[in-house]
Amino acid sequence: LGSDTGGSTRNPAAHCGLVGLKPSYGLVSRHGLIPLVNSMDVPGILTRCVDDAAIVLGVLAGHDPKDSTTIQDPVKPFVLPSLTDVSKLCIGIPKEYLTPELSSEVRSLWSKAANLFESEGAKVIEVSLPHTSYSIVCYHVLCTSEVASNMARFDGLEYGHRCDIDVSTEAMYAATRREGFNDVVRGRILSGNFFLLKENYENYFVKAQKVRRLIANDFVTVFNSGVDVLLTPTTLSEAVPYTEFIKEDNRTRSAQDDIFTQAANMAGLPAVSVPMALSNQGLPIGLQFIGRAFCDQELLTIAKWFEKQVQFPVIQLQELMDDCSSVFENEKLASVSLKQ
Amino acid sequence: MAAPMLRLCCPGRRWALACIDGCSRHRRGAPNGCTSSRRRGQSSVAQQPFITAQKPRKGEHEWAAVVGLEIHAQISSKSKLFSGSQVHFAAPPNSLVSFFDASLPGTLPVLNRRCVEAAVMTGLALNCRINKKSLFDRKHYFYADLPAGYQITQQRLPIAVNGSLVYSFCAGKNRSQVINKTARVKQIQLEQDSGKSLHDDLRSQTLIDLNRAGVGLLEVVLEPDMSCGEEAATAVRELQLILQALGTSQANMAEGQLRVDANISVHHPGEPLGVRTEVKNLNSARFLAKAIDYEIQRQINELENGGEILNETRSFDSKLGCTIPMRDKEGKQDYRFMPEPNLPPLLLYDTESLPAGADPQQVIDIDRIREQLPELPSVTREKLVQQYGMLPEHSFTLLNEVGLLEFFQNVMKETRAEPKKVTSWVLNTLLGFLKQQNLAVSESPVTPSALAELLNLLDRKAISSSAAKQTDCILHSHQQCVKLLVSPHPRRLLLLSVFLIADILVGVK
Repeated sequence: LGSDTGGSTRNPAAHCGLVGLKPSYGLVSRHGLIPLVNSMDVPGILTRCVDDAAIVLGVLAGHDPKDSTTIQDPVKPFVLPSLTDVSKLCIGIPKEYLTPELSSEVRSLWSKAANLFESEGAKVIEVSLPHTSYSIVCYHVLCTSEVASNMARFDGLEYGHRCDIDVSTEAMYAATRREGFNDVVRGRILSGNFFLLKENYENYFVKAQKVRRLIANDFVTVFNSGVDVLLTPTTLSEAVPYTEFIKEDNRTRSAQDDIFTQAANMAGLPAVSVPMALSNQGLPIGLQFIGRAFCDQELLTIAKWFEKQVQFPVIQLQELMDDCSSVFENEKLASVSLKQ
Repeated sequence: MAAPMLRLCCPGRRWALACIDGCSRHRRGAPNGCTSSRRRGQSSVAQQPFITAQKPRKGEHEWAAVVGLEIHAQISSKSKLFSGSQVHFAAPPNSLVSFFDASLPGTLPVLNRRCVEAAVMTGLALNCRINKKSLFDRKHYFYADLPAGYQITQQRLPIAVNGSLVYSFCAGKNRSQVINKTARVKQIQLEQDSGKSLHDDLRSQTLIDLNRAGVGLLEVVLEPDMSCGEEAATAVRELQLILQALGTSQANMAEGQLRVDANISVHHPGEPLGVRTEVKNLNSARFLAKAIDYEIQRQINELENGGEILNETRSFDSKLGCTIPMRDKEGKQDYRFMPEPNLPPLLLYDTESLPAGADPQQVIDIDRIREQLPELPSVTREKLVQQYGMLPEHSFTLLNEVGLLEFFQNVMKETRAEPKKVTSWVLNTLLGFLKQQNLAVSESPVTPSALAELLNLLDRKAISSSAAKQTDCILHSHQQCVKLLVSPHPRRLLLLSVFLIADILVGVK
C-alpha cells in the first residue's frame, strides 16, 4: 500500500514494472493515511498483477464513518471478468499529452498500445483535454497550500522530533521545524502560506480551485462523449539514474514526474499504471489508464485485458534469488524460501 | 457597512470628559456637568438622527461608544465536536484526549450531530436564518494549546445568520421602567475550542491540558449595537438564559462555558466609528460591564489628550480594574483561512426539502427542531405577567436569579395565597434575606413548602405578618413548630418565635 497525491503510486509502479492503482477519491478511506493534500490523497495499491489489485481494492473500498469524504455505499469484494471482446470499448487518446519532453521510447509504446486496441476491434479516438497545460501549475498551488496547512501540526509538542531549545515556545517551534523538515518541505510550506495570505488568496488559491473545476470538467465532457477509458503514458521516460536526476531541482523534477498523473488526482478519477515493456536499457515502462469516477472495476477489467495482451516480463522472485546467490557465492545470505 | 445608528445607552447617560476633580469613571446615570479646559467643535456631519436627553452643556464633549460582542458558548454535548472523546469539566489533565484531539496525523474530523442540532436550536431562538448549506474552514495560527496548528471553524458560510437578541433592563428611579433593546446577531458558527495552557513562571514552563481541545463551541457574534457595559452585560445575561432554557449550553461563566470578547470603539455622534480595540476573554459576569466601561473611558481619555487608539487586543486585569495590551497579539494576524477539505458542506433540510426515504439518523430537519423548541425566557416572563399579574420587572428578577423561578413556582403550587403576596415574599423578603446572608437560592434554609405553609397561615390570618416574617427564616426544619404557631396565644407565639430565631441563628453560623 502507498499513497497517491499526484502520482506517487503510479510513478514508481511504472519505473519498477508493477501495477499501480489509484482508486477513485472517496472510494477508499483515508483514515490512518498521513495527509499531504487532503483533497487529492488516496491510499494507493501496488501489486504484481491487475487481479491482485482488484482483490485488495475489494477489501479496502467502501464507506468509513471515520472518513467523512468516503461515499455512503458499501462495496463488496469483486472478481474481475476476463474480457475477450473489446469491440464495444472506446479508448480516448488525449492529444495534449503528446508533449515534446516525452521520450521516443514511451511515445512508440503508447502508439503500439493504441494500435493493439484498434486491431482487436476497439474504437480508438483522439480526444482533447483543453486545460491540460494549466494543470501542473494549478496542482502546485493547491498542493503547497494544503501541505502548509497539514504540516502545521508538526510542532514537536505532542509527538515527533523536538529540539532542545527552550527559550520560548516560538523559538522551540522554529528550531524543531527547521530541523525536522528538509528544504523541499520547507519550500512547499513557505509557498503554500504565501498563497493563503489574505492578499493572495483570491489570485492564487481560489483561481487554482476554479481552474481545477475546469480540468475536472474536461474529463466529464470526454467521458460523456462515449469514451470508456483514456490511454496515456505514466511517465516521460524510463527511470532516470540518480546522478542525472539530481542535476535538476526538486520542483522541476516533480513537475516532470507528475505531468501525466496529477490530473487524475485533481479530478478525483481512478487511474492505473500497467507495465508494458522493458526499455532498450532494460528498465520497465508502464502506461496509464484513466477511468470514470467510481468505475474502478471497469477500469481494472480493461487493464487486465491489456496486461494479458502485452505479456510484460514480470520478475520471478525465485529466479532473482538464484541470480543473487550466484553473484554472492562466498557471502552468507539469509535464506528465505520464496516459493509462490 | 450600514450607517451606524446612534443609540442612547441607559437613558440620560452620555459619556463626558473625565472630570478634573477626579469623579468616578464608573459611575452610572447622568454624569455631573464637568468643566473642561478646551472645547472641541462639533462635526458638521450629522446624517443620522441624534437623540439627546438634554442639550449639550457648554464645555461638555459628546462621545458615543459602540460595543460589539463575540460570545463563545460551550455546547452541552456528551462528546466533542469532531471526535468521540468526552466532555467533562475539571477532569484529570489530558484524560479526555483522542488521537484526533492531539492532532495525530491520519486522524480525520467527524461531525457531531448533537452540536449541529444545538446550533440550529440557538439560531432559531435568536430569529436567525438557518443556512441550509454551511461550510467549514481552517483558521491557522501557532499556539501551544492548538495541536493541529489550525482551528476548524465556519468563516465563509456559517450555520445561522441575521438574527436578533432582544434584551431588557429596568431603568428609571425605582428601576420600574422596562426598556427593550435589540442587538442584531450577525451570525452563529460552529467551531472547536482550544486546549488550556497554564503558565508556570516559576519554572519557566507552560503546561498544556488538551481536555478542552476540540470541544464544540457556538460563537454568537453581536453587531456593535450596544453602547455601554450595562447593555452588554444585560445582553449576555439574556443570551445565557436563552441557552440554558434551550439546553444547548450550560453557559456557566465560572466554569468557562461562556466566554465573551468585546469590540469597543468611541466616536463623536454624527461622525464615523472610531478605531476599535478588542478586549478578550471576559470570563466573569461581574467584570464584563466594568471592563467595557473602563475601556470606553480609557479611549475617550486617550483621544481627548490628543492620543490615538491602536487597533489592538487587550485583556482585563480584574485586580487593577483596567485593560492592558496583550503581548502576544502585536501586529495583525493573517489566519490564512482555507476550506476544510475533510468535511463536505453541511446540508440541512426542512420538511419540504427532506429527501424521500432519508435515514432520520443521517439528516436534520429544521422544522422538526423548531417544533420542539423549549419555552424561551421572554415567553416565560410574559406568561408570569399574564398569569400572576406581576409587574414586568418582577418577572425579570425571577428569571435572573438562578433557581428562583422554580422556587416561586413550587411555592405557588402549595399555597392558596394571592400571587401578588407570594411574589412580594419571594422577591423582597426571601431574596433580600438570601442576599444579606450571601446565599444562593439553592442554599436557602427555607424550602418552598415551608414558605407556602407560612403564607397559608398568613392567609388564614392565623399569624401576624411580622411574626410570619420572623419565623420565615427558621421554618425549614421546624415544621412541627408551625402547628404550635397556630395556637391562639400571642405570647406563646412570640416566645416560640424568639426561641426559634435564636435556634436558627446558632444553626446558620
